[in-house]
Amino acid sequence: MRMPIYQKLTFYALLVVSAFLVFAPAIIALSMSFMSNQEIMMGNWLPSSLTLDNYVHVLENSRLLHFFINSLIVSLVIMLGQLTLSSLSAYAFVFINFKGRDLLFFIFIATMMVPFEASIIPNFQTIRDLGWMNTYSGLTIPFFAMAFGTFLLRQSFKQIPKELKEASEIAGIGDWKFFLTVVLPMAKSSIVTLGVYGFLTSWNMYLWPLLATTDDTTRTVQIGLRQLQSQEQLNDWGMIMAGAIIVVLPTLILLFLGQKKLQQGLAEGALK
Amino acid sequence: MSHIEMENLKKTYDHQQNVLDGINLEISEGEFFVLVGPSGSGKSTLLRMIAGLEEISGGLLKMNGNVVNHLRPKERNLSMVFQNYALYPHLTVEQNILFGLHARKVSKSEQKKRLMETAEMMGLGDLLKRKPKQLSGGQRQRVALARAVVSQAPICLMDEPLSNLDAKLRAHMRMEIKRLQQQLGLTLVYVTHDQVEAMTMGDRIMVLHDGEIQQVGDPITLYNEPANLFVASFIGSPKINLTRAKVQDNQLYITDELKIPLRDTFLPKKELIVGIRAEHIQHATDETATHELEVITVEHLGNETSITFSVGNDYWTAKWIGQWQLKAGDKVKVSLTEEYLSFFDPVTEELIQPARVHAKEDEVVAI
Repeated sequence: MRMPIYQKLTFYALLVVSAFLVFAPAIIALSMSFMSNQEIMMGNWLPSSLTLDNYVHVLENSRLLHFFINSLIVSLVIMLGQLTLSSLSAYAFVFINFKGRDLLFFIFIATMMVPFEASIIPNFQTIRDLGWMNTYSGLTIPFFAMAFGTFLLRQSFKQIPKELKEASEIAGIGDWKFFLTVVLPMAKSSIVTLGVYGFLTSWNMYLWPLLATTDDTTRTVQIGLRQLQSQEQLNDWGMIMAGAIIVVLPTLILLFLGQKKLQQGLAEGALK
Repeated sequence: MSHIEMENLKKTYDHQQNVLDGINLEISEGEFFVLVGPSGSGKSTLLRMIAGLEEISGGLLKMNGNVVNHLRPKERNLSMVFQNYALYPHLTVEQNILFGLHARKVSKSEQKKRLMETAEMMGLGDLLKRKPKQLSGGQRQRVALARAVVSQAPICLMDEPLSNLDAKLRAHMRMEIKRLQQQLGLTLVYVTHDQVEAMTMGDRIMVLHDGEIQQVGDPITLYNEPANLFVASFIGSPKINLTRAKVQDNQLYITDELKIPLRDTFLPKKELIVGIRAEHIQHATDETATHELEVITVEHLGNETSITFSVGNDYWTAKWIGQWQLKAGDKVKVSLTEEYLSFFDPVTEELIQPARVHAKEDEVVAI
């Protein structure tokens, strides 16, 4: 696209300003994480000298690392659980013919209209009665079934020509092998997208881990971050910001990696 | 020996309309059998029923004498080539060809051997490491064929395998498929809507229309003695010329002015439909001419010329060898004689009598 230079300049200036506005909190947090408390109190924007004290402090004096690992486990388990269940149900909705398939799918999709907050109380009672408080099962299993994931993967599986399934049937390849060797590789980009989405959502979860845990054993990092604030009379902002930066890191890394894979997947295109 | 046998085979969707109605058919071993018909005639459905991809609503399907109605596709021991080739885009050519063999528990060394043989036979040796999207249409087609060949299944089903290729390549692949079928002695069931493919490739052809068999026979019989008007107009290019005519006093009145004397033909009906193939409207000299027709259009094909005449309310097309310099409006002398005419019943559309002479004597070659 060709545009006059003044238009380009305004365009980019606007983009830079809005990007700065969007990123400002993150940038301020990053800058504060390198400052001493004194400096923060003085209201400086940039640290006069870079200090890693806050990072050392947060890792030594809190259980952040422990929560971090908990979060990693919980998010990974939820992600894998969601991918497994969503892809299997999507496969059934696309490749297996059974009576009432479309109706069932409709009901499946309808559950997306029930807000998470509405199901949180029954879910809480269920895991409490199962004795799953403070366990990884209690934190992860309620999130395995995901109508959105089934919907997304169903759309993606539908792009796979029916003839591929029929050719496999004739060659004597069963549903399992077809699912593993044809469907999954061909829907790779959607699966990666869903995986990234699932991981990030579970990583940023706050309400459920707060309810499902009563002690620190399985608590996740978002709660841990909140705990940093209330532990002391005077908030140690430098340390809190250092903690926040550590928590954000996996999200950023995953987004960068996922983005690359995603573009690759999109560029691949279908073959007629 | 009959390899595939159908007894009163039926297909209905939702217990309503019959898509296929009472198909009785035997296909013998090593035969190239073509199912041809316009779209919606049920030919693909029939093929998919043989493959086991489509449920059979009624009747029996037998292979080697055993009923296979309820066998799953893989238990029927056949291979299939699809219109869009159904290649796995994420696998290489080699993996695509060998994909089914793992499932059939063929040993690694045997797989290797078959792969090499097939790749050589199909001219795919240099392409084994490529992905399908890096291949041209013709190469993809060959990979799809190789996948059928490598399975060594005695029955091969093909569903319009050439319709995605351009005309030149199609003619070439027609020959290759035919050669392959003969070389391997395959029983091949081939679905197409293209009557040229049917005529050039098939040992026997079945013409389907609206789920019913119109005629089964070898290509020349279908051409010379079409069982009804549908077969007559479906087989042959250009289309057979058909016109309503009346019989009176041993004269066949095609229009009031255009009449053909009937000397040896006895016709039970007063009104009928007359058919004449394009090559049977012959150019004539002054002595041999029987009629004079007005030219409407002329198409030059290089080695032959296709000329459309006005006959009453219809247009007749003639095909003459050579290049004819004619203009629209010219009057041309032709010879139209009874032995070249086919007669059909105007009500039932069935054949009453086929043309007695099918080609000029010097064109008939018998070996």
